[in-house]
Amino acid sequence: MARDATELSLRPGWARRLVAGPRILALRRYGLQIGTVAMALLLWVIYAVKAPETWLSDDRIYSSLMSTVPFTAVMALGLTLVVIAREIDLSFPSVMAVSALVFVETPGDPVFGLLAGVGAGLVVGLLNGLVVVKLGIPSLVATIGTLFFWRGIVLVATGGNGSGLTDESASWVGRVLVGRIADGRIPAQMLWTLGFAVCLWLLLNRHRFGAHVYLVGDNVESAKMMGVNADRVRTAVFTMLGGLAGFAGIVSGLEVSYFWPTGGEGQLLPTIVAVFIGGTSVFGGTGTIFGTTLGSFITGSIEPGIVSIGLTGFYTQVIWGAMIVLALVMQAVVMRRVGR
Amino acid sequence: MGNLLELRGIWKSFGEVHALQDVDFCVGENEIVGLLGDNGAGKSTLIKIITGYHQPTRGEIYWRGKRLDHFSVHRARELGIEAVYQEKALADQQPLWRNIFMGRERTTKLGFLDVDGMKKETTELMRGFLRFTSAAVTPETVVGSMSGGERQGVAIARALHFQAELIILDEPTMNLSLTETQKVLDFVSEIKAAGKSCIFIDHNIFHVHPVADRIVILDRGRVAGEFRKEEITLEGLIDSMRRVAHTGSLAGAS
Repeated sequence: MARDATELSLRPGWARRLVAGPRILALRRYGLQIGTVAMALLLWVIYAVKAPETWLSDDRIYSSLMSTVPFTAVMALGLTLVVIAREIDLSFPSVMAVSALVFVETPGDPVFGLLAGVGAGLVVGLLNGLVVVKLGIPSLVATIGTLFFWRGIVLVATGGNGSGLTDESASWVGRVLVGRIADGRIPAQMLWTLGFAVCLWLLLNRHRFGAHVYLVGDNVESAKMMGVNADRVRTAVFTMLGGLAGFAGIVSGLEVSYFWPTGGEGQLLPTIVAVFIGGTSVFGGTGTIFGTTLGSFITGSIEPGIVSIGLTGFYTQVIWGAMIVLALVMQAVVMRRVGR
Repeated sequence: MGNLLELRGIWKSFGEVHALQDVDFCVGENEIVGLLGDNGAGKSTLIKIITGYHQPTRGEIYWRGKRLDHFSVHRARELGIEAVYQEKALADQQPLWRNIFMGRERTTKLGFLDVDGMKKETTELMRGFLRFTSAAVTPETVVGSMSGGERQGVAIARALHFQAELIILDEPTMNLSLTETQKVLDFVSEIKAAGKSCIFIDHNIFHVHPVADRIVILDRGRVAGEFRKEEITLEGLIDSMRRVAHTGSLAGAS
């Protein structure tokens, strides 16, 4: 009978779940997105008060953000799916360069280069996925390896030399990808980014594949038991990120009309910041396209923001780093409150 | 009434360890079988054989009287054998409707989700089988916010909704409070009412006895005793369990 009594008693974790569960989960479900919106508004108000000449009486800053943030945003969207599936990929900055190189080296119309470059990105992403899924290597370590490997390949292949992309940028492909619309105020890449965001939102929230991404990240054991092919889902999210990184690499080259073998370096931190302050959980199973898109613009606004209010640009990394840590701490607190 | 599932002379050895030794076990149509036994008695090995996860070293498996060759996890699922594990059943951070349709989403030909349809079916399940009357619970409710008993109910409802014939509940009352345990037992009775069968594994007699039609006691890899509920009182069952624990057999019992 004594054993019976202890079996019927509540474990502390369950008690917390019963008492605090609904409120905390509701907070997490919408709270993190509300938090992201609040952060965006707060930053904008600070910029606007401190530097009204930049942020209120001139729209050039917004055109500028729309031309640079899309590269981060497109990759952050892909990374969001990877993180929801409870994996991570750090190799995308090098994938940008691989695809840009393939774009440069493909003869004929730039559209072939675009297809080949994005294709190369997909292949590199697929390899990442296979290394993680088939060999069981933790994605954090595996993709640090591929980050350096592919950068090395690009540097060896080019001897470290870049090349001009003036003709490509002026071609019809260049105009479609990085042209300017509405009297030069809206860069085409902004529209592409929004297009990707809409497609990925549909895929994640309205398609079987997205449902499986959430399930694999939330509880891979139950997902497998219910017949979800977890390995295929995880391989697919790495592959998609590879393709998106490839696209971003080509488009960023076209934007500046130059191919840099070091292109993409410096993209690692802001892309990860965008995903995490957008409310995607490092513990897997939750995350939104809206949060990541907004998160990308918050991240991209930090550097021009702090420069415009008169601080040195060196603060950018300090703030980005602090943002990552803060976002992760918040997620850890929320997770602990629900007893997982 | 014929047997839904029948295992004959099952042996399962892991190297030198004989986890199951000559076990005969059956589940009738629309029968709730309580499987009792201490840790290491072979309960989980038996379940893994029934769900196709392990192949028996020796012995035969019959489903509705037909012998099954090459039994596998896939085959078990096709037949409608569904195991519900407390910790592994649900994805905690996902809403109720996504858990109900986990791995079996209703989609168009292109794979797009029929969200409205799935939410509607979930609402019907909530009003019907689950009897969730609170307005606070909707198809959008995240299952992690539900109580332990409710979560077991969701997993059982899901199995029944997808036409499971035999539902295996592995220690469904573990770590649950009294009221939550009662909810789970009510759900088990619902399985019976729905005309399906169930294997209810526990090591707590008080949870198994009220809902089971028949109780099988497993000890050290052998079937140590088997009772129809009407043949034995709770006190008699406790007495038998004690004897099994001490002597490893029921010799002289009942």
